[in-house]
Amino acid sequence: MLKIENLHASVDGKKILKGIDLTIKPGEVHAIMGPNGSGKSTLSNVIAGRDGYEVTAGSISFHGKDLLAMQPEERAWAGVFLAFQYPVEIPGVNNVYLLKAGVNARRRHLGLEELDAMEFMQLVREKARLVELDQAFLSRGVNEGFSGGEKKRNEIFQMAVLEPSLAILDETDSGLDIDALRVVAGGVNKLRSPERSIIMVTHYQRLLDYIEPDVVHVLADGKILKSGDRTLALELEKRGYDWVREEAAHA
Amino acid sequence: MSDNAQVEHLVDKKYEAGFVTDIESDTLPPGLNEDVIRHISAIKGEPDWLLDWRLAAFAHWKTMSEPHWAHVKYTPTDYQAISYYSAPKKREDGPQSLDEVDPKLLETYKKLGIPLHEQEFLAGVAVDAVFDSVSVATTFKGKLKDAGVIFCPISEAVQEHPELVKKYLGTVVPTGDNFFAALNSAVFTDGSFVYIPKGVRCPMELSTYFRINASNTGQFERTLIIADEGAYVSYLEGCTAPQRDENQLHAAVVELIAHDDAQIKYSTVQNWYPGDENGVGGIYNFVTKRGDCRGARSKISWTQVETGSAITWKYPSCVLRGDDSVGEFYSVALTKMHQQADTGTKMVHLGKNTRSTIVSKGISAGFGQQSYRGLVHIGKDATGARNHTQCDSLLIGSTCGAHTFPYVEVKNPTATMEHEATTSRIGEDQLFYCKSRGIAEEDAVNLIVNGFCKDVFNELPMEFAVEANRLMEVSLEGAVG
Ligand SMILES: Nc1ncnc2c1ncn2[C@@H]1O[C@H](COP(=O)(O)OP(=O)(O)O)[C@@H](O)[C@H]1O
Ligand SMILES: [Mg+2]
Repeated sequence: MLKIENLHASVDGKKILKGIDLTIKPGEVHAIMGPNGSGKSTLSNVIAGRDGYEVTAGSISFHGKDLLAMQPEERAWAGVFLAFQYPVEIPGVNNVYLLKAGVNARRRHLGLEELDAMEFMQLVREKARLVELDQAFLSRGVNEGFSGGEKKRNEIFQMAVLEPSLAILDETDSGLDIDALRVVAGGVNKLRSPERSIIMVTHYQRLLDYIEPDVVHVLADGKILKSGDRTLALELEKRGYDWVREEAAHA
Repeated sequence: MSDNAQVEHLVDKKYEAGFVTDIESDTLPPGLNEDVIRHISAIKGEPDWLLDWRLAAFAHWKTMSEPHWAHVKYTPTDYQAISYYSAPKKREDGPQSLDEVDPKLLETYKKLGIPLHEQEFLAGVAVDAVFDSVSVATTFKGKLKDAGVIFCPISEAVQEHPELVKKYLGTVVPTGDNFFAALNSAVFTDGSFVYIPKGVRCPMELSTYFRINASNTGQFERTLIIADEGAYVSYLEGCTAPQRDENQLHAAVVELIAHDDAQIKYSTVQNWYPGDENGVGGIYNFVTKRGDCRGARSKISWTQVETGSAITWKYPSCVLRGDDSVGEFYSVALTKMHQQADTGTKMVHLGKNTRSTIVSKGISAGFGQQSYRGLVHIGKDATGARNHTQCDSLLIGSTCGAHTFPYVEVKNPTATMEHEATTSRIGEDQLFYCKSRGIAEEDAVNLIVNGFCKDVFNELPMEFAVEANRLMEVSLEGAVG
């Protein structure tokens, strides 16, 4: 469903991604690990369509369509979702109102009837339970005054409501204590399905104790240096990233 | 594309109310002198005391000069080039009911979406429509009359209730208060008059739409609202003006008086023609609005949504004279293209335990320049007075500006003052967040702006809150590319 080929991207003329190849099939969960500054968020943002990233070479196809030619909102309508590493606050804009605008814009685009307020509230309550999000958060301003953990939980809640076919979770686990991690991971697991693929960007293998990945990739210096199964993550935790770099240099 | 480049288009929304009604009108030739004032007074059949009052104001005005302390730039107005009276030609003795009103006028109102017809009666809105200088249609008089409420053009009040007009006119904004107020006192042509008797809660929202139609006429309305002891009234003023290349002057005076335990809620939705994208044309909106909480436990609330005018110069204020009286000011102002606004409020605490709240939300886009100017004065007898001021600016793009000028004068040490101010920019990160949730850029900007304005919109009467939301949306339309 997602095919990234030879992707090069730079920010302010600085080369960050230097030839990424990545193929994800429906239902697969891929973990992307790597040291700080290796380009994980850059990759996530390029997939979601953020401005300021210049793609200098390569392609991304999603369900057979050229993702790079689409606006961010069109990507959302097509089923891409990004859970942000640092979700922004939008004061005064009701959390549920934002989601309703997003859901209905997508439904309009797909030729479906818009959900009315009642239907939408029903959907939202159900999904809030799924990620154990307190109902009180629904009517607050988007991320307004949320703690770090609450923001991350809100991201997964939004994912549950928007029902994407590709979800990118950018360090959703960082800043979470163990209980919050368990809840968030539980929510993600409930959202796993044969049609939904997930890219999990993380520093820590502990997340993978809760969400079992199909494939683990090591992203360093703008390239995927190594891919493997669950055991690769354990090895990374023990040995760090340098050995992967060395291995890659000698390959 | 960068944040700025993206949102800088937030400027080019076409003005929807910019049509001119083709209707014959009686217009005085341009110029201002005692004869013009006598003429206006004679047309209106005014009593001598009012003519004398006007002439005294004119004499005072001649000694004054146009103020230039506001943070706005414009070429000075030539007061001799303005016509001071323009009225649609009347048939016979003027309309007795809506059926007799010139259909073209009604068509104009319809384009503006003003509720004039009977069915709007059900919506509970009574409209006193001011077309240029003369009120042409007043609805729902019957129901108001039953409640003892007087709601009519001020020219009619001069005839029908001279004792009330004489008692209150100019007691809140004296004729010599400022340059524009003096000019208005000399030449005011019409406006609304409201009197709510003791203990009466006005049974519906009262509403006036002002519209400047004839070119080169200044509009000088005078509005006077009195809430007697224990009375309550909510009043909405809406304004639009057609599109013209020359600048038009609008110098209104609004006076509110609240006696013991009375409450007045005054809401304004102002979308006068703002000029074009090069800053040509548009209304100069130089208005004096002041409320006097004359009685104990009285309350006056100003809520304004200002999206129009080339230049706005206005400070709806409250004089908190009565003990335990309350003043409120809630404002959203949008300046885009080359619009300039210098607006804010004055809260003058004179009585004991008086309280005031100021919430000002300024949005600037394009080359818009906006200043908040607010004075909080605590008099020496105002023991236990409290003020809370919240003053937020939202910038869209990088060529606009926001400025804050808070003034505080405290003469009583028991006063409690709080002031919060923020300036933010609609960020690329906020827009991207919305877009990644499936919301197109233009809708995202509306969402963020409306969120920013929420505290103020919440203060508007329900139906007008919806209107204000829509107005913000059309004002920002075409802004994003
Ligand atoms: N907007 C930006 N402007 C300048 N440099 C950036 C920007 N975003 C990312 N970078 C740089 O790109 C590199 C990769 O960053 P990032 O993708 O955030 O890494 P990771 O998420 O793997 O920690 C870093 O060197 C970072 O400083
Ligand atoms: Mg990152």
